[in-house]
Amino acid sequence: MEKKVYLDNAATTYVSTEVLNEMMPCFNVFYGNSNSVHSFGREAAGLVDRARDRIARAINAKSNEIYFTSGGTEADNWAIKGIAHAYSFKGKHIITSKIEHSAVLEACKSLEKEGFEVTYLPVDSNGLVSLAELIHAIRKDTILISIMAVNNEVGTIQNIKAIGKTAKENNIIFHTDAVQAFGSLKIDVVDMEIDAMSLSSHKIYGPKGVGALYVRNGIKIENIIDGGHQERGRRGGTTNVPGVVGFGKAAEIAVRDMPLFNQKIKSLRDYFIREITAKIPYITINGHMHQKVNNIVNVSFELVDNEAVLLMLDFEGIAVSTGSACLAGAVEPSYVLTSMGLDSELVKGAVRFSFGRSTTKADIDYTVEKLVEIIEKLRKISPQTKAGRKGDK
Amino acid sequence: MYNLKVLEIFKNPKNVGTVKGANGVAKVENNACGDIMKIYIKVSEEGIIEDAKFKTYGCPAAIASTSVATELIKGKTVEEANLISSEQILQILGELPEEKNYCPILAEETIKAVIEDYYKKKEKEEKSI
Repeated sequence: MEKKVYLDNAATTYVSTEVLNEMMPCFNVFYGNSNSVHSFGREAAGLVDRARDRIARAINAKSNEIYFTSGGTEADNWAIKGIAHAYSFKGKHIITSKIEHSAVLEACKSLEKEGFEVTYLPVDSNGLVSLAELIHAIRKDTILISIMAVNNEVGTIQNIKAIGKTAKENNIIFHTDAVQAFGSLKIDVVDMEIDAMSLSSHKIYGPKGVGALYVRNGIKIENIIDGGHQERGRRGGTTNVPGVVGFGKAAEIAVRDMPLFNQKIKSLRDYFIREITAKIPYITINGHMHQKVNNIVNVSFELVDNEAVLLMLDFEGIAVSTGSACLAGAVEPSYVLTSMGLDSELVKGAVRFSFGRSTTKADIDYTVEKLVEIIEKLRKISPQTKAGRKGDK
Repeated sequence: MYNLKVLEIFKNPKNVGTVKGANGVAKVENNACGDIMKIYIKVSEEGIIEDAKFKTYGCPAAIASTSVATELIKGKTVEEANLISSEQILQILGELPEEKNYCPILAEETIKAVIEDYYKKKEKEEKSI
């Protein structure tokens, strides 16, 4: 069998066996509608409650502050639009950053059409939002600040606690998209003063199609999915029982095993960076040097195009990604790297490698070996040379 | 997103490199995406393109398009080569994702540019005689 190496764990992960085992009976044994009053329904409702407790415990929230959604994108949309609408009587100004996930950016754009004003904060070359610039952007009519905890392309960790404190001092609601942070970073919504937070299951070895929005008790939010009385009347739609049960288990495991896997992935990541830095010339590691999660490495290979690198690696069975997967198919360069001020050539050659629990040293060795060959091959095809870049003859 | 034909050509592109004693060279850049195509040709005294090679900085579609472009112009007269259209290149590739359709167009532009360069060099040479 040909070798397969999956280094796209920031896009999605497999469902772990422990999670799958927990989910299986929900399909054909505990299949009741968790909203039904009879025993079948109560049984399912009990499982959903337990899942909600597990999510709450993982982030130090209360169970009644957790609302299940169809995923991170719905959670982001709900948070941004629902909070903006609920507080529009106070003001119509929102602050976010230029490097948010498209779910946040597009939700903000949609609000702009309704008359809300949005400030998109710039980031520095490491991908960090400046607290000073955030404070400077706050106005009397600012009602919401939404800054992601960890960027999905470069892995930079924002100063969430400081942002939460700033928001609180100014009486502004603080939402964070923690989809990429959850499972890699310890999150405590009380300590970090987070009012609302988006989570997703499939990035932490849970099933796809399920996520959650945490909303601190006392924070107002308008519904965006009207329907039945599910999720305490906040979000209509029959509960995806197997999904939320899997998500609950995945969240529990993520927190339980975080120290172990973080350490393992960090040493693999450091080894990978050492290897490619030693073996491949003209590369740049993007993102913050230290303030970043362990599982994401974003590398710019000069003189080559990232899509060409991605496909060549794919020919060898190695899966990586370029930019945000949601933008695949669009020719626009990564807005995250562009916002960080990278030269267009560095953006063009940027590839994201994201490691997971099952990544091995052998996977890294194989990837580095192929990467050396591929970059050399593509640079031979490229008319650009390092020496003659300014005025290639 | 790419068909098998494009993948195959990208995996094993034909005519990569430079031509020794080339009498036509051109480099064309797409400012929007930063792709750069460079074609080298050697034209015989009879006006036939004896050799054509390329170097491309760009996506798989750009590399495949220049590979096809050099295959198409090889053995043709410069007049014939000048008539090659991006549609012909696209036809050989089968199809491309919509946002990559500029690649064959850029390849056609590079063919036209390299032939223009050949004519310019020839004119200069004739003047100097």
